[in-house]
Amino acid sequence: MAGSNWLPRWFYQLASPRWCYDITGKLLPGFLIAAVLLLVAGLVWALAFAPPDYQQGNSFRIMYIHVPSAILAQSCYMLMAIAGAVGLIWKIKVADMVAFACAPIGASIAVMALATGAIWGKPTWGSWWVWDARLTSMLILLFLYMGVMALYAAMDNETTAAKAASVLSLVGLVNIPIIKYSVEWWNTLHQPATFTLTEKPAMPVEMWLPLLVMVLGFYCFFGVSLMLRLRNEIIRRERRSGWVRELITSR
Amino acid sequence: MAELCTNSAEISLGQLFSAVLKRDLLLSFRRKSDLVNPLIFFLMVATLFPLGVSPEPTFLADVAPGVVWVAALLATLLSLDGIFRSDYDDGTLEQVILSPQPLMVVCLAKVMAHWMTTGLPLALMSPLLGVMLFLPMSAMFGLVVSLLIGTFVLSLIGAIGAGLTVGLKRGGVLISLLVLPLYIPVLIFGSGAVQAAVAGLPLAGYLALLGAMLALGIVLAPLAISAAVRISVTG
Amino acid sequence: MQFETISEFIKMDGHGLYVWLSYAIGVSILIGNLILPLFTRKELIKNLARRLRRENNAQ
Repeated sequence: MAGSNWLPRWFYQLASPRWCYDITGKLLPGFLIAAVLLLVAGLVWALAFAPPDYQQGNSFRIMYIHVPSAILAQSCYMLMAIAGAVGLIWKIKVADMVAFACAPIGASIAVMALATGAIWGKPTWGSWWVWDARLTSMLILLFLYMGVMALYAAMDNETTAAKAASVLSLVGLVNIPIIKYSVEWWNTLHQPATFTLTEKPAMPVEMWLPLLVMVLGFYCFFGVSLMLRLRNEIIRRERRSGWVRELITSR
Repeated sequence: MAELCTNSAEISLGQLFSAVLKRDLLLSFRRKSDLVNPLIFFLMVATLFPLGVSPEPTFLADVAPGVVWVAALLATLLSLDGIFRSDYDDGTLEQVILSPQPLMVVCLAKVMAHWMTTGLPLALMSPLLGVMLFLPMSAMFGLVVSLLIGTFVLSLIGAIGAGLTVGLKRGGVLISLLVLPLYIPVLIFGSGAVQAAVAGLPLAGYLALLGAMLALGIVLAPLAISAAVRISVTG
Repeated sequence: MQFETISEFIKMDGHGLYVWLSYAIGVSILIGNLILPLFTRKELIKNLARRLRRENNAQ
């Protein structure tokens, strides 16, 4: 890294488990406060103050929780694959732990996107499940998460499991655009595009502003959850090192 | 594997590829049951549908493209574990990794051998299933060609899963979990091609897309396969 | 405020069940994602502390 000082120092320090533990410990309260504030404000705004949709009425309010979770589930996969690649290429242990911590969060958020999507489908389409392109690709994303988690669970050796899961999530990352387009094309072949849930021609400000707040809140929340899991992972894998022993005994 | 142990200067990539291919084909022809089992499975799965759903010809003709494709996909899945398993168990894979020859070429040759022993016979046998499921004769060409291209992609993607799980005792179920979601685009375009053939629509677009996936797979999958095998064997 | 009364807010023009069900699922998944790592952390630290004590006693 000599000569390249365009990245701040703390960025390199993140690669050390101990520093990463300290830095995330300092960042956690801020993220937690931001997440709680944004989510509570967003929830109240979305539930009580946002205007109802002229077509869907109040069931439209599900969007404020469905869309952020769908966005987050996808970006979480991206982060998992990128962290896996970083761990694979530069052999940074913390990156492996980040990838490991991403998998269960992403899977649960994907479940949330699917569940809210299905519930939203009932008043809009009249059935709980529609083979809509977005729902189907979200289901496949959940399958990809489950594959990664099954691979982690099947391997005893942590380093091997991390490498194998990184390869799998990278293969998945290459495949995601292909899956997305193939599912969209398959969908247009099988049923005419009846109704798009999220692509409103021009959403008024009072409708998309709460959505923006919710999306930001979800990202902050993701940061909190990721850091909590990451810190657990750091303690677990570094349990033999001196600083973790000190940390445990000092409590 | 005598050919592989020679000095790297003496063997070209093409020779390496054909040596591995020849060896794997020879090995699988010595174990005939492994060769025949996926075919029997393919036939049986396709038999289950008329029994389980309805023997009505019009209905069967409707679902035939999907059924044949899903059956071929499952038959490929069943045989995936065998790509690296015996080589891993007897230590050959370790020797291959230690050898100076590029692992990627060896992996590609092994996948090619796997396709020639499963995908190729499956595609050649598919008209039989097509007839059983009342698929119109005009769609047979589309069925065979889409399976020929598609099963190679399935073998390439599946080999990644096989490589990742070869070090595990019970890799069988895990492979399907890892690989099935990645199979979906191939299934969509493969059965789409057959459906287009049934409807009398031009096939070229679907086959071109399958071909594009094959090209992408041949370029990228060996990278992932060799990385996976290396991780499994050295880990 | 889009709603006049509390009962209107709960009913949401007949879509209340769907809206509240999806928000309940969403919020419970969010809270679960916070509680679960906290529990794991507690458990982990307890186990590690026990192990440390055992090691110290053995020496």
